[in-house]
Amino acid sequence: MVKERLSSSVAFGRAIAPLLSIQRLSRRIQSGWIWQDIDFEVWAGDRIAVVGPSGGGKSLLLRAIAGLDSVQAGQIVFDGKPLTQWFLPRYRTQVLYLHQRPALLEGTVEMNLRSVYQFAAHQDKTYDRQPILNDLKQFGRTDAFLERPIAALSGGEAQIVAFLRALQLAPDVLLLDEPTASLDAETATQLEALVERWHATNPHRAYLWVSHDPQQVARISDRQIYLGKP
Amino acid sequence: MESSYIPISNTQLALSAALIVINIGLSWALRLGLERQLWIASFRMVVQLLLVGLVLQWVFTLRDPLWVLFVMLLMTSMAGISAVNRTRRRYRSIYWNSFLSILLAAFTVTSLTVNGIIQAPLWYDPQYFIPLLGMVLGNALTGTSLALDRFMEDLASRRDQIEALLTLGATRWEAAHNTIRDALRTGMIPTINSMMVMGIVSLPGMMTGQILAGASPSEAVRYQIVIIFAIAAGTALTTITIIVLSFYALFNSSHQLCLERLQTVR
Repeated sequence: MVKERLSSSVAFGRAIAPLLSIQRLSRRIQSGWIWQDIDFEVWAGDRIAVVGPSGGGKSLLLRAIAGLDSVQAGQIVFDGKPLTQWFLPRYRTQVLYLHQRPALLEGTVEMNLRSVYQFAAHQDKTYDRQPILNDLKQFGRTDAFLERPIAALSGGEAQIVAFLRALQLAPDVLLLDEPTASLDAETATQLEALVERWHATNPHRAYLWVSHDPQQVARISDRQIYLGKP
Repeated sequence: MESSYIPISNTQLALSAALIVINIGLSWALRLGLERQLWIASFRMVVQLLLVGLVLQWVFTLRDPLWVLFVMLLMTSMAGISAVNRTRRRYRSIYWNSFLSILLAAFTVTSLTVNGIIQAPLWYDPQYFIPLLGMVLGNALTGTSLALDRFMEDLASRRDQIEALLTLGATRWEAAHNTIRDALRTGMIPTINSMMVMGIVSLPGMMTGQILAGASPSEAVRYQIVIIFAIAAGTALTTITIIVLSFYALFNSSHQLCLERLQTVR
């Protein structure tokens, strides 16, 4: 059911151990198994697309890897430690899942960016405005954008804020669940560039990207994981 | 106890029932379709109150702590069940949690009030314990069902937001914080509102009852204050307990929101 295509070499060469190891992962809902015995590894530098027909459980796979859903069998190992031994909030900031629909809190853009630093998992970090402003410039937005209320943002702008909010935490692995599906081509390209920049900053980083767009898959990935219908 | 009130005879009871004819007439004239409901509600109210009068009279004569405890547990169970019956979603242990939180809060507050504040001659004195418990339960029930309903509805409607916070490194507690706060606030609003207008807009039933039974208004007011504080404390304690228990029922130790454990009613 799961096959890997085009297992090409990665840009930065192989480390000794994979970043993430997915072992015989299986997910069942009331109506039956969504997927069973999924096995693959994510190495530093990997750019992986998750493809396949709707209903194949691509989102559920990313959610399971993010530790948002329980699985019925198998395990996930990150940084040499199985998920069961991780403090999940800490794990999730390193293996970070981004929703298709951005879910922001009421308030301004900057309040949203700041709010994550209240969490105990980020007590050693502080909010840094400058890199955010640099990123915003790439999107053609100025300081004033930070003061905009969330309710006044377009869908694309909200997704940009959700991305900035996540990327400022410097995760190792991004799990991208069709983040550009409902965006215009221009914003989609800008977000792709943002992810590529995050990825290129550190050779330790990797991502899994669910996409239905073959051209996008070609642009953003070196190898693909195919999930068929159950 | 010296009393100067006029006892109500059966004829007078029947006459008071005639007042409901006004409602039924209005419902009929305006085609509100409430006649049946009004009949049933009136009938239930009369039967339930007459029965409870008999039961209480019997319990007061028993003076046996076990019986008093039994009646109190019965009242608490009823409150626990009806608090949940008004919510639109359920999870598996919800009735048990509701019973537990109401039991804990109502018993603590009522015993503190009867023994620590009023200092009734008997620690289980049914004359004080049962009416007080009834009042605390009635309000705790409203608080519980409002807070529970709000909490579960919000979890369902804010799922994306809560999970977004979880993905950003929030613990389950951090992710649910806003939802918990809103639920507690919703549960406490009726109590706070009624305290605000107490004596201005509303004359509380217990106080009016005491005054009708011949107590001096300034005495009755003192009792009322004690009882309002007991009610407020009872409602706050119950609301907090039920929301914390529900939180642990719907978020697991892996900091996951388990919405599949929630079932919609009807």
